[in-house]
Amino acid sequence: MAILLNRSTRVIVQGFTGKIGSFHAEDMKRYGTKLVGGVTPGKGGQTHLGLPVFNTVKGAVRETRAEASIVFVPPPFAADSIMEAADAGIKLCVCITDGIPSQDMMQVKRYMRRYRFEDRMRLIGPNCAGMITPGQALMGIMPGNIYLPGRVGIVGRSGTLGYEAASQMKALGIGVSTSVGIGGDPINGSSFKDMLKLFEQDDETDAVVMIGEIGGPQEAEAAIWARDNMRKPLIAYIAGLSAPKGRRMGHAGAIISAFGESAQEKVEILKEAGVVILPTPSSFGEVVADTLARMKKAA
Amino acid sequence: MDIHEYQAKELLARHGVHVPRGGLAYSPEQATYRAREIGGGKWVLKAQVHSGARGKAGGIKLCANDEEISSAAEAMLGRKLVTQQTGPRGKLISRLYLEEAVDIAQELYVGFVLDRKEERVMIVASAAGGMEIEDIVEKAPDSILRTTVDPGVGMQRFQAREIAFGLGLDHDLIGKATETIFSCYQVFRDYDASMLEINPLVVTRDGNLVALDAKMSFDENALFRRPEISELRDKSQEDPRETFASDRGLSYVGLEGNIGCIINGAGLAMATMDMIKIAGGEPANFLDIGGGASPERVAKSFRAVLGDKNVETILVNIFAGINRCDWVAEGVVKAIREVGVTVPLVVRLSGTKAAEGRRILADSGEAVIVADTLAEAAEKAVAAWRAATKKKAA
Repeated sequence: MAILLNRSTRVIVQGFTGKIGSFHAEDMKRYGTKLVGGVTPGKGGQTHLGLPVFNTVKGAVRETRAEASIVFVPPPFAADSIMEAADAGIKLCVCITDGIPSQDMMQVKRYMRRYRFEDRMRLIGPNCAGMITPGQALMGIMPGNIYLPGRVGIVGRSGTLGYEAASQMKALGIGVSTSVGIGGDPINGSSFKDMLKLFEQDDETDAVVMIGEIGGPQEAEAAIWARDNMRKPLIAYIAGLSAPKGRRMGHAGAIISAFGESAQEKVEILKEAGVVILPTPSSFGEVVADTLARMKKAA
Repeated sequence: MDIHEYQAKELLARHGVHVPRGGLAYSPEQATYRAREIGGGKWVLKAQVHSGARGKAGGIKLCANDEEISSAAEAMLGRKLVTQQTGPRGKLISRLYLEEAVDIAQELYVGFVLDRKEERVMIVASAAGGMEIEDIVEKAPDSILRTTVDPGVGMQRFQAREIAFGLGLDHDLIGKATETIFSCYQVFRDYDASMLEINPLVVTRDGNLVALDAKMSFDENALFRRPEISELRDKSQEDPRETFASDRGLSYVGLEGNIGCIINGAGLAMATMDMIKIAGGEPANFLDIGGGASPERVAKSFRAVLGDKNVETILVNIFAGINRCDWVAEGVVKAIREVGVTVPLVVRLSGTKAAEGRRILADSGEAVIVADTLAEAAEKAVAAWRAATKKKAA
């Protein structure tokens, strides 16, 4: 099923009746996502976009058997919404919200650990574009038409740079199994490594594209894991070659503050771990095509 | 968001951390008056700029009388202090802080940061204080103590106590050090700090523990619930280009190159800057116009980018998901007509309503260089910039 999300995944929207929640809920529904309802505290019992609205996530799960939730709740209240989803038994939560305080995210991560690993919700984001399994379901804000269904996994921090990669691949007829945006915040729900593990196990993914950027240890950690555990080819690009040290480049987490966090240093670490590095951000298409061609030859 | 040393010290002092007696001054006269207020016979005059390494750059002076204070203040005020951390443009000194001089027996380092690997607040301490943490890491790595705080229960006193003992302090200082470290953590947590550094934390000859310097940064995502911190913002310490942009809700970082960038999405913005560099140019800025960009917002972005006099070419790169290329194109045309764009302009539109956007640009009759791909956009921008500078030189 590609990873995490397919056409039968039952999805609810938290922050359902708001302007942003409504806009993207309609878009997701149009794409084919199995939306089963939404949550807006105080509006329970109403119908919105032809779907039931609930006051609590627990209520929504009980009535709709939802397994997944996408969060469009404003930053001051988003952490609370994520924890509510975790407590209600949601298995997959995608948080789009940008601007959640770091201390709130620390608490979210701590809170989620109260559940056994097997029961623990998987969180994607926050501050991300969400995820898409092309041709099946969209749980995010990306334009669905730039993705061709296929067998290459994409995992990245940035939304628009992920679009760039997918459309370069589409131009060469290369499709995507699932594309996941893990978000631009310093503390996020799932890391690059978490996603690589899933792609490695997925029968419908042949190769993975990782789109990283300056700041934080996650790209290097993922590369080292891939070197020791991954059989599928890993292709990577690290954005921010021209970014100065100590300056925040848009994303809250895109800041070079320690050794190993600049684009150049990350590229070195990745190369040493055997990751295929894109020479430029305009070569996603070619490099993926080359890699797939070489795999075919070897097989 | 960064704050000044004196502001950080006020915050810490309010929560029980000992700091030297001191006062703020905006003029040499005020500085000498502060010396009378503080008393004693030796003072330290410190330039209040958002940077470390001020001492080596001439931003910290030990003074023994009014004349010395006055002339040191005269020399500092209104000048730009260039430190290893400020970049070549330096930072304006408009505030001074005068403090009583302290008799130092030992210098320690105590820092609090958000550790991204552990996803917790980490406390870093060392008995080798007084030098930058990077130097401690290099020269005295064995002196470094680290511990992280469980966000579920917060820091526990034993953790502060372990650090105090780990620093090798005398027994009668353990209680004071434990309280100091504990108070610092509470300030960090209660005000949503992202960094707090006391370097040095000094043991004085008379057996006290005093924060001689203090540096703090705050999580900008949490400012909505920390109005008392938002008030401490000092715009004179920011790049004026960035202040202009941030006041208009744009995410902008000023750089040193000549090709101005207007892009949607932080990752695509960084990648476009990289592409410009690969094509042989230098980006003048990072600018993310964000999602849902209206024509007005695009025009504002042009104003922000053109506010930088070094900009000799502009590159607009939009991959519209939530955005709409037709709106962006309208904004580009609006900017050309209202803001007045005299430098070459390269535009690449992709994604939602891209064809409509291109048609709007073509129909406008304005001189816009259109590109289809990211590589083409960067190459055309660099070529246009080269041609323009050649023309200028001729």
